[in-house]
Amino acid sequence: MLTVNGINNGIVIDHIPAGKGPRIFNTLFSAHVNSPVVLLMNVQSKTLGKKDIIKIENEYNFDLNLLGLIDKHITVNIIKNNKLKEKINVVVPKKIKGFIKCKNPRCISHTDDYAIPEFTLISSNGTLKYSCSYCEEITEYKF
Amino acid sequence: MKNVRHLIEPKDLSNSEIMELVNMGIQMEENPQDYVNLCKGKILGSLFFEPSTRTKFSFDSAMLRLGGNLMGFTDVNTTSAKKGESLGDTIKIMGAYTDIIVMRHPKEGAPKLASEYSTIPIINGGDGGHQHPTQTLTDLITIKKYKNTVSNHTIALCGDLKFGRTVHSLIKTLARFNTKKFYLISPKELSLPKSIVNEIKLNYDIEIEETSELEAVMDKIDILYMTRIQKERFFNEEDYIKLKNSYILTNEKIEPAKKDMIIMHPLPRVNEISKEVDDDKRAIYFEQARLGVYVRMALIAKLLGAI
Ligand SMILES: [Zn+2]
Repeated sequence: MLTVNGINNGIVIDHIPAGKGPRIFNTLFSAHVNSPVVLLMNVQSKTLGKKDIIKIENEYNFDLNLLGLIDKHITVNIIKNNKLKEKINVVVPKKIKGFIKCKNPRCISHTDDYAIPEFTLISSNGTLKYSCSYCEEITEYKF
Repeated sequence: MKNVRHLIEPKDLSNSEIMELVNMGIQMEENPQDYVNLCKGKILGSLFFEPSTRTKFSFDSAMLRLGGNLMGFTDVNTTSAKKGESLGDTIKIMGAYTDIIVMRHPKEGAPKLASEYSTIPIINGGDGGHQHPTQTLTDLITIKKYKNTVSNHTIALCGDLKFGRTVHSLIKTLARFNTKKFYLISPKELSLPKSIVNEIKLNYDIEIEETSELEAVMDKIDILYMTRIQKERFFNEEDYIKLKNSYILTNEKIEPAKKDMIIMHPLPRVNEISKEVDDDKRAIYFEQARLGVYVRMALIAKLLGAI
């Protein structure tokens, strides 16, 4: 079996549905992280069958809301001095701003740079459905 | 910005505020001379990013009847918005030149965006097919004037109930005032979205009956609200021609209606009400347009803090 050393300080994003790891890293971290990063894919998981894991050394910045938007199974372990300091279960965000694009082509958010809609969760059965603060149309979010 | 009131959608007003505007509008209509100087020295910025002569003139008339002044544009090509200026910047500048703004914009949510950058009141004069709250106020002042109360009526809404979102806000607003019963009359293809039917059933004790036949309910209703059926909504010409004719109001069709029933329409009509109906005293759609000026007067005066 492939073995990878743990990290001494940083975050471990665990229980990522298999295959989504690279996109999560690219979307949320690649722009600002210079520290060592380990991406594990298709790791055996008791609950998910297979999962991906991302470990980032010396990094504590992450957007819990965005991770919740991507998948509600994700957990984040915060490691300090080789010890698990905190384990966080992500939650589906009730409100989110700036990550989702409104699917309504007539919405002001597509033509005006100042218009960054805030989306309000209206349903999370199956797919996540959010309503736009500007046009009130519903956008289904899928990562 | 806090402490500034805007009207972006009907939900921005409480029931008592809506009734205050309706009643004030009726007073203004009955005694217009008492209000000719109410907004003297104030300027209404009239920003029409898409043309709508009817709405613009109604607001112009309202401001002039209050003794105020106007400035603005009706052609977006003459403004810097065309050059890619954000609405937020346009609004900040107009806020320095005027005291209250009415805006019409083709993009949905534009007035809401404007309100986020405005230090003066913004009135939504229509944003795409999204919201048109002063049309709803116009409808309510008309019902109050002609039926004495906005509550306890049996109301039929006829035509395109699916895509007409201003009809959606009218239905939701009427529901807030204890409507007795709604008849929703439309071809199946254009019926009111289930989400709205359910929302009303969940929150209010109002009977709702959906039907595709106008004639069948004609003698049961107090108010008949007609809307346009747009050709673009149909997949083929044949369906359109077949359906549109069954929703055209004629003298023959209104024959069985109550003597004090009222016929409303947001105007402009295409052909859903025959011209012959205009002479029937139950046809009050031109009155409706006239009363719209007075409820807009009340709204402007209220948002300016003049009443
Ligand atoms: Zn939108």
